[in-house]
Amino acid sequence: MSSWERFLDTFFNARVMAKYLPDILYGMWVTIELAVLVVITGIASGLLLALLRAAGIRPLNWLMIFVVDVLRALPPLVIIVLIYFGLPSVDIAPSGFVSTWAALALVLMAFSEEIFWSGITAVPRGQWEASRSTGLSFTQTLLFVVLPQALRMTIPPLTSRTIAITKGTALGSVVAVSEILGQASSAVSNSYNPSPLMLGAAAYLVLFIPVVVAGRWVETRFAWKK
Amino acid sequence: MLDTFFNIEIMKAAWPILLAGLGNTLLLSATVVPLGLLGGLILALLARLRSPWVRWPLMAWVDFFRAFPPLVLLIFLYAGLPFIGLELGGFGCVAIAFFLNTGAYYGEILRAGIDSVPSGQSEAARSTGLSATQTMAWVILPQAVRNVLPDLMSNTLEVVKLTALGSVVAMPELLFQARQAQSLTYNPTPIVVAALIYFALLWPLVRLLSRLENRALRTG
Repeated sequence: MSSWERFLDTFFNARVMAKYLPDILYGMWVTIELAVLVVITGIASGLLLALLRAAGIRPLNWLMIFVVDVLRALPPLVIIVLIYFGLPSVDIAPSGFVSTWAALALVLMAFSEEIFWSGITAVPRGQWEASRSTGLSFTQTLLFVVLPQALRMTIPPLTSRTIAITKGTALGSVVAVSEILGQASSAVSNSYNPSPLMLGAAAYLVLFIPVVVAGRWVETRFAWKK
Repeated sequence: MLDTFFNIEIMKAAWPILLAGLGNTLLLSATVVPLGLLGGLILALLARLRSPWVRWPLMAWVDFFRAFPPLVLLIFLYAGLPFIGLELGGFGCVAIAFFLNTGAYYGEILRAGIDSVPSGQSEAARSTGLSATQTMAWVILPQAVRNVLPDLMSNTLEVVKLTALGSVVAMPELLFQARQAQSLTYNPTPIVVAALIYFALLWPLVRLLSRLENRALRTG
């Protein structure tokens, strides 16, 4: 066997790939599930916190800033490990899936709260004053006048941050979530052949290249007009 | 509750282990941040060449590594390379993975920085007799770095946090040491302490960034 054939046989072994393809496809499904859950819950809770912060209740805001800082300073993997290995000691035993979801959603919540809040504060003061003087209430002003303008500004930073955090779903493999990387790693140790890793890598590219390209488009489309 | 998560006895016992981990985390960060910056600088300088033969492959390269989760890249190197007879060990794999992954991010930031320097600067510098290399090093880059400093700092924060991935390939950094201590003592206190150490280490940077970001958005 030439060295090229040996290389192909090692990294692109058709037999091994065919055998583990269903596992990888299942992993892709789990990754998508996890990613969608993280994005929806993370961004929704971040937006909710930013709106709550606009109400201007001092002690509540200090607490919020502190929690956001903590979640921004800790590596996501540390938060996952903390939830997965820490909570069982107080008789709450979240699965790996739930731990990863909770940790990544919390991190996304923190980052998106910061981004939404920056957007809200960037809307000129005059918009508030004009809107209030037409008789709209504080809540109406916030929701119908300020927020729509703020959201437009937040789209580029929010997109890149969301993509970065969604890629963190691979961290789930550390706490036994059967997403792409977890499935690929166990297939490698079962078959003693790295071909499943190649499949896993391809699966990530299939999922994330469109997202990154779309993100690039969104960033230019909604770029700052100065 | 206190006994479970803040057990003083266990804290005392685990402290030296965690301290060694902290040392390794700092050492690892001091290695991978310059490596990533170097990778980014190479990419940003290559992006200066306007030829489509350079530009398209470069964009594909950057998008590729932005789409690839860093942990997947790391496992790929760690589990895949031994099959072609390359045993790089945890540290070697972490170094390569960070060079490729964070290099792509630093590259995008530095490219934006270089683009933000008006072309008159480069023309003026060249006409005083500076060479192209001197112009880049002494005139363009200092201004470029200043223009994107918040982004560079924010990415550096992410890179330091990312060193926790080293634990997956048995690098004895902070998270790895904490998990060792936790499995020896059957108590989550070491992980809680490790989290506190990460927080103490990175909080100043988070605060600073938060202020810089808010100011940038307000002044537009």
